[in-house]
Amino acid sequence: MDSRITQFDELAGADGRTRAPYRKLSQWLAETPPELLASRREQAELLFRRIGITFAVYGAQEATERLIPFDILPRILARSEWATLEKGLIQRVAALNAFLADIYGAGEILRAGIVPADLVYRNPAYCPEMAGRRVPYDIFVHIAGVDIVRTDDQGFFVLEDNARTPSGVSYMLENREVMMRLFPELFALHRVAPIENYPDELLATLRSVAPPRANGDPTIVLMTPGQYNSAFYEHSFLADKLGVELVEGRDLFVRDDVVYMRTTEGPRRVDVIYRRIDDDFLDPLCFRPDSALGVAGLMGAYHAGNVTLANAVGAGAADDKAMYTYMPDIIRFYLGEAPLLQNVPTFRCRESEALAYVLDHLDELVVKEVNGSGGYGMLVGPHAAKAQIEEFRAKLKAHPQNFIAQPTLALSTCPIALASGVAPRHVDLRPFVLQGANGARVVPGGLTRVAMTEKSLVVNSSQGGGTKDTWVIDDAWVGEEPMGQA
Amino acid sequence: MLSRTADNLYWLARYMERADFLARAIQASRRLAALPKAYGGEETEWESVLLSSGAALAFDASGRPVDEANVIEFLTFAPENPGSIRNCLEQARANARAVRTALTIEMWESINDAYLEMRALESRGVVPCAQELARFLEVIKQTSLTYDGGAYRTMLRNDAYWFSRVGLFIERADNTARLLDVKYHVLLPEKEIVGGSLDYFQWSAILRAVSAHTAYHWVYRTSMKPWLVADLLILRPEMPRSLISCYESIVRNLDNLARAHGRQGVSQRHARGVYGKLEKLSMENVFQGGLHEFVQSFITENNRLATLISEQYLF
Repeated sequence: MDSRITQFDELAGADGRTRAPYRKLSQWLAETPPELLASRREQAELLFRRIGITFAVYGAQEATERLIPFDILPRILARSEWATLEKGLIQRVAALNAFLADIYGAGEILRAGIVPADLVYRNPAYCPEMAGRRVPYDIFVHIAGVDIVRTDDQGFFVLEDNARTPSGVSYMLENREVMMRLFPELFALHRVAPIENYPDELLATLRSVAPPRANGDPTIVLMTPGQYNSAFYEHSFLADKLGVELVEGRDLFVRDDVVYMRTTEGPRRVDVIYRRIDDDFLDPLCFRPDSALGVAGLMGAYHAGNVTLANAVGAGAADDKAMYTYMPDIIRFYLGEAPLLQNVPTFRCRESEALAYVLDHLDELVVKEVNGSGGYGMLVGPHAAKAQIEEFRAKLKAHPQNFIAQPTLALSTCPIALASGVAPRHVDLRPFVLQGANGARVVPGGLTRVAMTEKSLVVNSSQGGGTKDTWVIDDAWVGEEPMGQA
Repeated sequence: MLSRTADNLYWLARYMERADFLARAIQASRRLAALPKAYGGEETEWESVLLSSGAALAFDASGRPVDEANVIEFLTFAPENPGSIRNCLEQARANARAVRTALTIEMWESINDAYLEMRALESRGVVPCAQELARFLEVIKQTSLTYDGGAYRTMLRNDAYWFSRVGLFIERADNTARLLDVKYHVLLPEKEIVGGSLDYFQWSAILRAVSAHTAYHWVYRTSMKPWLVADLLILRPEMPRSLISCYESIVRNLDNLARAHGRQGVSQRHARGVYGKLEKLSMENVFQGGLHEFVQSFITENNRLATLISEQYLF
């Protein structure tokens, strides 16, 4: 690893003294024979495979379904740490929603010169179809996944906002289930905040934004591109937990601006669609005519106010990596508050000064495509080969507006259990924020993603990253003596 | 319920039942093929199992000689045989995955476990040895039992359950009919008399295939008679896989659906019609017209019901 980067370990801190939230885990680890960890790892793998918790990998020849590596050691956050994070997340999503309602409406932030208009209007995720339209309760982002990292004790950074169809919540829930089966003794040692009410919260959120005619008893469905989609497991898992039908485009049709699903008893009216399918594929009459995944006429029904889509169409305009750099300003503009969560310092390559700096420091920076996701289209300078750096240099010069760059962050590490023993790996965190007509909710925790390879900073599951359970525990040590040497 | 879900559940049940039947048919043929030559077998068992499983044409197209190893491989693992156990299991799992939300955990896990077992077996080598194969057939039968039991014990009694049951019994009726036809296809050598020892073993292998050997003795308390075996598998309501018993279940489950939906339809009427005919039938009628002819026309009627169901429920 780059020697300039000092590493913060969430268990050991920066100085090797066990941090308070990890005290019991650390003690337990010291007393636990390695064979027990090994056998629990095997059991965990077996459980995941039996339950069929898989994700599909596009283009991977032999296995279309893969297990995401799961690490059996929990990542622990203190209640006090979580409280800060939660407030910051809710603030952030409120700002995202205000911003989206504004850019598809009056455009005040553009007129105020806070965000450049061309950045909004030329953004491929900006949906002209939605210009001048209002969505129920002005909520565009009902479900957000905000990627969080930390570099030290002092606070959290937002790495990325996911405002379209963030996935991973099924892993958050299943990881907890598996942990509770494997480590009852660890749960007995800690007071871990429960997360299993997430599906109820999600359902309440979706119900709250139903069209008024549903009279408080809306028909809600979850729409999937189908079982070959990488997140299909999650789609079916969630539909199951919500108790709603899991539909594909072909199960739906539109007549007179009303959406129906085909059932064995004939057509049934649909009020709310939690769609896990991208804007482009929603309606062949409106977007890609070649897409068979969507429903012809869906947008007509949407604009007529007969169906609510969650997340709203065009929400992706806010989670663009270029827009990200303006988030602190966006928060201040709409809420009149200081941002509670920091952004990672970011260079906007569209600005010539920033571009010049980035081109000079490519070997130190992480360069990301503004519209990339899943860890594709990105350069990790300190780990990149010469040729790759040069390739990015050329791309940057050709289309600087397509890129942003960030310093290589010293992402915190957490211990994971390997065959060879316990070792630190870099992690991030994706908590899930729900925004309904009657408020915002975040279940305490989220999906911790782990770079399984030593020293790697890439935690994406499409790039071989793993996951672990995230615990928010009561600060039972408050008022106790400070921790001594571990 | 979504029409697509109903369709998936219906076919899921059919594929699971078919895999079970194939495993049983293979075991029965092995038993027949293992008879000493002194009993005069003509070694037509393997052709007969191909014919009765509906895989004869596909097998011919593969250009392989008909022998035990080839036929068994074709019926169990061959990817090019759309009706192989392997493909049944894959189809069943794909359907199950698509309607994961309509299944209980027990049902999903039984399918997924069998699928993983099959993948493990496949990854070990091209042709599994006889012992592995025998074990695999047992796993398939076991899976079908677990799946069926899981459905029976854990599913809510609503359309998901009824569509599954209808699929299962339509497939089972088809399979029983085909099993009876095996006997037609296993040619007795010319000098062999009907009711002779070879004939005896052939009928008894059929009974064993469907675990009905003991049942036969309980019902008839006499030695093996071809018309009694046929009677057991066609007309005996107490025999759970007889045609009449399958149709009794089909009628009941379709009626449950009709009640829930508040509407009787063409599939309910057709099923009741077939059931009514079976009720009036005697074994004399069956043998007068010829067992083979009876079986063929039953299979056609049964397929007709399948078509009517998918039309009525918009599959």
